[in-house]
Amino acid sequence: MAINEETVKQVAKLAKLEIEEEDIHTFTKEMDSIIEMVEQLEGLDTEGIEGTYHGLNQHNVWREDKASNGTDREDLFKNVKTRKDGYIEVPAMFDNGGSEA
Amino acid sequence: MNLEPVIGLEVHVELKTESKMFSPSPAHFGAEPNTNTNVIDWGHPGVLPVVNKQAIEYGMKAALALNCKIATHTKFDRKNYFYPDNPKAYQISQFDQPIGYDGWIEIEVNGEKKKIRIERVHLEEDAGKNMHGEDGSSYVDLNRQGTPLIEIVSEADMRSPEEAYAYLETLKQLIQFTEVSDVKMQEGSMRCDANISLRPFGQEEFGTKAELKNLNSFTYVRKGLDFEISRQEKVLNAGGALDQETRRYDESTGGTILMRTKEGSSDYRYFPEPDIPNLVISDEWIDSVRASLPEMPKERQARYVKEFNLPEYDAVVLTATVEMSNFFQGTVDNGADPKQASNWLMGEVSAYLNSEQVELLDTALTPESLAEMINLIADGTISSKIAKKVFKELVTNGSTDVKALVEEKGWVQLSDPSKLLPIITDTLDKNEQSIEDYKNGKDRALGFLVGQVMKQTRGQANPGMVNKLLKQELDKR
Repeated sequence: MAINEETVKQVAKLAKLEIEEEDIHTFTKEMDSIIEMVEQLEGLDTEGIEGTYHGLNQHNVWREDKASNGTDREDLFKNVKTRKDGYIEVPAMFDNGGSEA
Repeated sequence: MNLEPVIGLEVHVELKTESKMFSPSPAHFGAEPNTNTNVIDWGHPGVLPVVNKQAIEYGMKAALALNCKIATHTKFDRKNYFYPDNPKAYQISQFDQPIGYDGWIEIEVNGEKKKIRIERVHLEEDAGKNMHGEDGSSYVDLNRQGTPLIEIVSEADMRSPEEAYAYLETLKQLIQFTEVSDVKMQEGSMRCDANISLRPFGQEEFGTKAELKNLNSFTYVRKGLDFEISRQEKVLNAGGALDQETRRYDESTGGTILMRTKEGSSDYRYFPEPDIPNLVISDEWIDSVRASLPEMPKERQARYVKEFNLPEYDAVVLTATVEMSNFFQGTVDNGADPKQASNWLMGEVSAYLNSEQVELLDTALTPESLAEMINLIADGTISSKIAKKVFKELVTNGSTDVKALVEEKGWVQLSDPSKLLPIITDTLDKNEQSIEDYKNGKDRALGFLVGQVMKQTRGQANPGMVNKLLKQELDKR
């Protein structure tokens, strides 16, 4: 088994998904079978074949550094539940640790 | 146990582009909250991030200034995390193919030079800004979100907080000379996290490290590392073991506080960014960016010493910032004597910037006006005493014609004997006693008489000329 119940719980936590205790067993089996299917690829002989990093055969798609106005704040804020003085109001965050930029 | 600190730094630098890394929303500082942001920054369904070519070029420029190699094949990856400062729930970054790698910079601590290796320089986007309220809420401004950043990761080559401090200063200076960023810690365009661990001297392998955050100035970096060294020493010397953790520097106590135990890199579930095709960087492009690099501080210092005969000390001070260095060069190019230009910039100008807490470019002084003033002193048009008044005027109000300014203000030095002689004769007539004292060999009398003439001319007389004429007239009496 490539996937155990601990892994499922960890992945759910990282994805901020709430899963019921009784579903964990099912998810573990399902995720494991997905991994098993993908693992078949490891059986292929890839000797001498270059790695693929992207599905598209394009490169260097870029734009010049020109600024244009942001989207209207009122439009963006249609998806914002709580606001104050132009800011998005969210439950208090104690550290700035989640900000990984 | 005798323990050796092992320090590595991660520095984020914001690039000075017009628009964001992957969207055309403005990358400017200081706008109304949440107005410089668009649907691409917010990761709305169906949007397509497109790379800002200028940001790539700036990243290359910075990497080259740090002696890095440039990747000919590079790409972007998604780093997944949930936090309100980034509504996309992932940051577009570079994981395994950074644009720059294998660089180094040279630092100097107590006269000793040392190379600090740079592991990588990669491109990514900044997150938004959170303000923490007292009322159980935090407030998010996404204007900064998506601003181009480079992250510069050093090898763990530093062995003391002083070396870390010197590394930051040198790094800031080098990036500043490339002009791809303002590199200001106080404005957040330069930010630093520090990794620190201890190990017994002579041991190869690293100890368990702590990552320090919220280091908002170079001094805090040094203080935070100092604190962390003694904290870890205590645990290890008591036979304890350290956990790998992230700690926050507390400005009010100078200590560090546990934030969380560190996630592994796999928790970010990096994968190649499917929206952005790979980049292929040609040798021609790398060469042209390399050619666009300005003369760097070390080269400028050597040239100042050789070409302008400046003392080494002057050369180092003048190249501390690119503004100062360019200003100096401009002043010399406008005909000022290099040593005089250096004296003014290191003396009066620096004193003014310090006392007013302003930047050189925010003053009204220009290389042209400073050069003209220096030349007016050199040719005797103004005295060096009056020059201080002229300087004050130039730095606060500015002038495009300094000669006209000093004439208009009546600051021109009086050197013409035909104008000075009547004043001298008058002064002598009124001070018979001083003449007698002078004849009796009392040197002080001459000083007194010079003072009287200076007073009569409201300080405008050329003291050298007054001295000469006075002696000549005294001998006639």
